[in-house]
Parts: sequence; structure tokens; C-alpha cells
Amino acid sequence: MNLHEYQGREIFAAYDIPVLRAEVASTPDEVREIAARIGGTVVVKAQVHAGGRGKAGGVKLAENPDQAAEVAKAIFKLKIKGWPVKKVMVAEASEIASEAYFGITLDREARRNVVICSAAGGIDIEEVAAKTPDKIVRHLVNPSTGLTDAEALDIAKRVYSDEKTAQQAAVILSKLAKIAKEKDTSLIEINPLIVDETGKVIALDAKVVIDDNGLFRQPELEKLRDPDSETKWERMAREKGLSYVKLDGDVGCVVNGAGLAMATMDLIKYYGGNPANFLDIGGSSSPGKVLTAMQIILADKNVKSIVFNIFGGITRCDDVARGIVDAVKKGKIEHPIVVRLTGTNEEEGRKILADSDVKVTPAVTMDEVVQQGIRLALQNKIAAAS
Amino acid sequence: MGILVGKDTKVLVQGITGRDGSFHTEKMVEYGTNIVGGVTPKKAGQEVAGKPVFNTVKDAVAATGANASVIYVPPPFAAGAIIEAVEAGMPFVACITEGVPVSDMVNVWDALKGSETRLLGPNCPGVITPGECKMGIMPGHIHLPGNVGVVSRSGTLTYEVVDQLTRAGIGQSTCVGIGGDPIIGTKFVDVLDLFEKDPHTTTIVMIGEIGGTDEEVAAEFISKNVTKPVVSFIAGSSAPPGQKMGHAGAIVSGGSGKAEDKVEALTKAGVKVAVTPTEIGSMVAGLVPA
Repeated sequence: MNLHEYQGREIFAAYDIPVLRAEVASTPDEVREIAARIGGTVVVKAQVHAGGRGKAGGVKLAENPDQAAEVAKAIFKLKIKGWPVKKVMVAEASEIASEAYFGITLDREARRNVVICSAAGGIDIEEVAAKTPDKIVRHLVNPSTGLTDAEALDIAKRVYSDEKTAQQAAVILSKLAKIAKEKDTSLIEINPLIVDETGKVIALDAKVVIDDNGLFRQPELEKLRDPDSETKWERMAREKGLSYVKLDGDVGCVVNGAGLAMATMDLIKYYGGNPANFLDIGGSSSPGKVLTAMQIILADKNVKSIVFNIFGGITRCDDVARGIVDAVKKGKIEHPIVVRLTGTNEEEGRKILADSDVKVTPAVTMDEVVQQGIRLALQNKIAAAS
Repeated sequence: MGILVGKDTKVLVQGITGRDGSFHTEKMVEYGTNIVGGVTPKKAGQEVAGKPVFNTVKDAVAATGANASVIYVPPPFAAGAIIEAVEAGMPFVACITEGVPVSDMVNVWDALKGSETRLLGPNCPGVITPGECKMGIMPGHIHLPGNVGVVSRSGTLTYEVVDQLTRAGIGQSTCVGIGGDPIIGTKFVDVLDLFEKDPHTTTIVMIGEIGGTDEEVAAEFISKNVTKPVVSFIAGSSAPPGQKMGHAGAIVSGGSGKAEDKVEALTKAGVKVAVTPTEIGSMVAGLVPA
């Protein structure tokens, strides 16, 4: 789960990492009031889950409260990488003497957290890593000791030649490591970490991503979830334990298992169709889950046919079949449906479908279910157009 | 015969009294797996599928001589269960549990270092040597004893591939699901190494997916160390970048983890990469000695 900058900043502040004065606003009027409270030049920053905010015009300086309200008005109208701007953060502006990058994330290969720092901050760190890898300092964190103060200081000294600056940065790095451990972050990043004109080291930005698997023990972070960061349907899927990603095609897919779901999408593309979504109904599938899955898929008006590709393991084919019959009857679904049921209880599942008065096209192989799905989507489209 | 598990494997089930644990214990017993008992704290003395329940792994090992453990414990307690098995000196542990926090797995990996334990998973279907030992959640009946080794990051996609093989009359030596999480105990290279050394495996099928660089690392390993023919498929070529596709590990970020890069690396290593998931069976059929 991604946190917004202002939420990350609050966590930083709670751990005594130096941050600038800032408040969050939802309207230009609120921005004006905050700018007046802070006084002097402020920076107005769009709060969206997307990088490249500056380039998109989502970060602007303002010299007085009226100007702040004016730039905010423009920022609220933006869509940054598809995300509408619902909130902005108004922060005190600062003189910047230097910009660095400090972050902690998972190194999958080493199976440990890795500290990544660079004196070249303020820009895309992946670009720095690709073009000038020698400017990057990397350090693997030993999980049994955590990041020690001595290690933090050693890392900071490799970024800053000035001793006093390095000491301040080391304290900040230790705190980042503490947050990473206590809050189940999969990424925690300050870009840029600045030195201001007085020599003080300050976190000017905050990017925090929480490991979804850790959320069950972070109830206070779950509360920070931005309701605008997901659609109603994505939320419904998450709450029912389905994995759903909307795509832009017209063949809806209901599959059990993430790998098979991806492979089904791949096969639809291979045969010249376009998948409308990724949807994994998960392991133990109750008929209710199938109903939810169909509701979510049919909320997308682009969908012209639905493909069920089920390989029963823990998932039982009879459960899925009951779910399909239920959903079609309750939802009065008229979309063409192609169903492939194989694995656990496949005979029972096929019989339930055959004995019902619900009209579905049966398919035996994965090739067949996908090809039929594409064909029926096309037919449906032509019928709708004529 | 095969790798990791066989007819001499004595399996312990951690979390045996839970909903998933008890259900799959019965399925494993039905298949013929030698289940010697289970563990659930404070439930010693009970029985599941006729098998004794113990309070701790240590007690269970002392009483039964178990040499492998399969874990169905819920996510908050899964890491603790793995570490308990490691501390009891269990040689092989498969963790089926989905949703284990990544930071817990960092600690588990630390505990595994220098131990005698090999971990499979978490978030995996487990491992099966057809006709001998099924340790996990895969449907047993789709498998057929034979000589093709299957290793995969996915569960149901593996079933699809195994089903294609079995329908074509091609049996499997062992099928290993390594799991879809960012941190897993056993990786492609570990299993490839075991298959290469296993006299009963003649051909290898490797099913990868987008995210991470394990397939690229495997390609490098294959070109240097694997003499047996390898057939592969990478799922997720149609996935949009930046989106998590169900598996926590299946995400394309910052230009790495793409399907096309993995396909290219594997092709360079001499691996035959299937374009569609449905042609894997026939590709293998062309390679297996009659």
C-alpha cells in the first residue's frame, strides 16, 4: 500500500526526522489559510500516488497566500498519470545547498533490506543507478543486528564529506531503518534529503510503501488508505479477497491462481483478443466469490464476454459452477459466458451447468476457452453495433 | 524416485488441526504420503486423519522420526512455525501459507543460514513426487510417475502444464512449486541443480513469471551447469507495468522483471521457450526419449 507524501512526512515527524512545516489541504481556500499561517514563500505539492509530479506541473512555489491559492487551483485541475489531485500539501520553502537520496528497500537476491544512498539526489534514483552506479552507496542490513549506528555513520560519510552533515544524516538513516522495521515498509525513501543554507539536514520528501502482507499488524496504517486510490470495484475485490486489475480490453476473465490468470491474459492477446482484466478468485472459492467476481467484471462496460478458466486444486469446480448459475440468475447477466472447468470435482461442476437453464458455452481446453471468449466478444460487439 | 521427497519421506504437518491443515492432511494421506503426525500448540493428544497431534515440532520429531514438514499455519504465525522446524533440525520444510510479511521472511532466511534445513516457499503449492509423496495442496490425480522435472513459481499454471504432460502420456519425476513471493527459500537454480543431478529426470520444465530476476539468474545457471533439455514459459507478457498481478512478486518495476527480458535470457541459454502456455506439453513431447 502506498502512502501519500503528507502521511509519510507525519511518520517521519513522529520519529523526529527533521521535516519542514507543512499542512494538507483539499481546496484553494484552505491552501491560502495554510500559506498565511506558515508565512513567506511556500511550495504547493500535489498528493497523488505517482512519480514525476514536478514534471507534470504538480509542484509549484508561491510567494504569498493569494498566489498559493492560485497555483493550487491549477494543481487541483490536474490529472497526474491518470490520478486526479484531491489533496495538496502546503510546505514551508527552503534554501537548498545540496540534495541527496536516502532509501531502504528489499534486495530480493540477498533476501535482506538494502540501504541505498547517493549524493546525487532530487532526481530519479534508478537513472542515477543506471548511468553512474559509482555514485550509489549500497549496504545490506543484517536482520539480527539491524542497522547499527556505526554502520549508519559510515554510510553517511560516504555521501557527505563534511563531518557535521554526515552525523546528522546518520541519525536520520538510523531512524529510517527503525521505521522500516517497525512499520513493515517495503520501500522508505527521502528524495531529496537536503542540506539547507544553515547546514541543517532536512527530509524534503517522503515516500513510504507498506508491505501488504504486513498490514494485518499495522491497523493504524490501514486507516491511512486513500479511498480515492482505488475504484469502488477494486475496493470490493480487495475486501472479498480477490486480486483484480482492470485493463482496457473486452474479454473479461475469471481465473483461479495468479500464474494461470496471467497466462490466460497472455493467451487472449496471442489469439488477437484483448483482456478486460486480471482476476484471481484465489484458493478456496465459495459460490459467493464467483458472484462478486462477475459483478466487478460487469461493472466495466467495455466487457463483451466472460471467460472462466478454472483449474481446481483447493478450488472446487462444483463451487464455481454454483456461483456462475447463481450470478447469472441474480444479476440477469446477458453477456456470453464460456466456461472451462477442470481438476477437483470437474464432473459435478459440468453437470451443474448442464442441468441448469443458464446458458453458458462449455470448453475443454485452455486454448478453446480463450478462442471462444474472443469470438463471442466480437459477435456481441457486432450485434450491438448493428 | 525424484528430488526433495519420495517414499522414504516421513511428513509432519504443522497447523494440522486448522481448516486447511486438516483438509489437506486427509488428501495427502489418501494419496499415499507417509504422514507421521502433526503439530498444533496445546493440542497434543488429539488425532487428525488418524495421525497423532503434538505440541511442538521437537516432540513430534522425537516420537515419529519425521524428516520433512509441511506448514499450513496462518500468516501471523508462519515465520515462527518455520523457525521452530529449523531449530528442531528438520531437513526439509515446505511452507504453503500465503501472505507472510516480507520482513518476517528476512528473519527466517537469517535463521536458515548455517542450519541443516532447506525451505520451500512460502506461498507455494508444495512438492510432489508422483506415486510416492505429495506434500502440499496440488490435486494428486493429475500427476503421473515419469521422468520430466517441473519447477514453477505458480500453482494452478503448474497444474495446467502437468495436466498437459499427463494427457500426452508423459510422466513427471518431481513437480516443485517454489512460490510467488519476493523472498522464497528455494529458487529456480536450486531446483535446476537437483534435477540436473537426479538420474531419474531426463527433461526439465521451468515455469516463470514477470517480476524479479530469478529467471535471468536461472538462464545463466542453465547455460553453465545444465546438460538436460529445458522447456520454459514466462507468464505475464500482457501485464501492464507497475501493477501487482496477484503474486506479491509479480510486478514489473523500473524496467526490470519484464517477460521479454526473461524470454531472451532463457533463449540465449539454449532453453526452448514456449510462446503460449498451451504448447508446453507438445514441446516436451518432442524432447522426451521414447
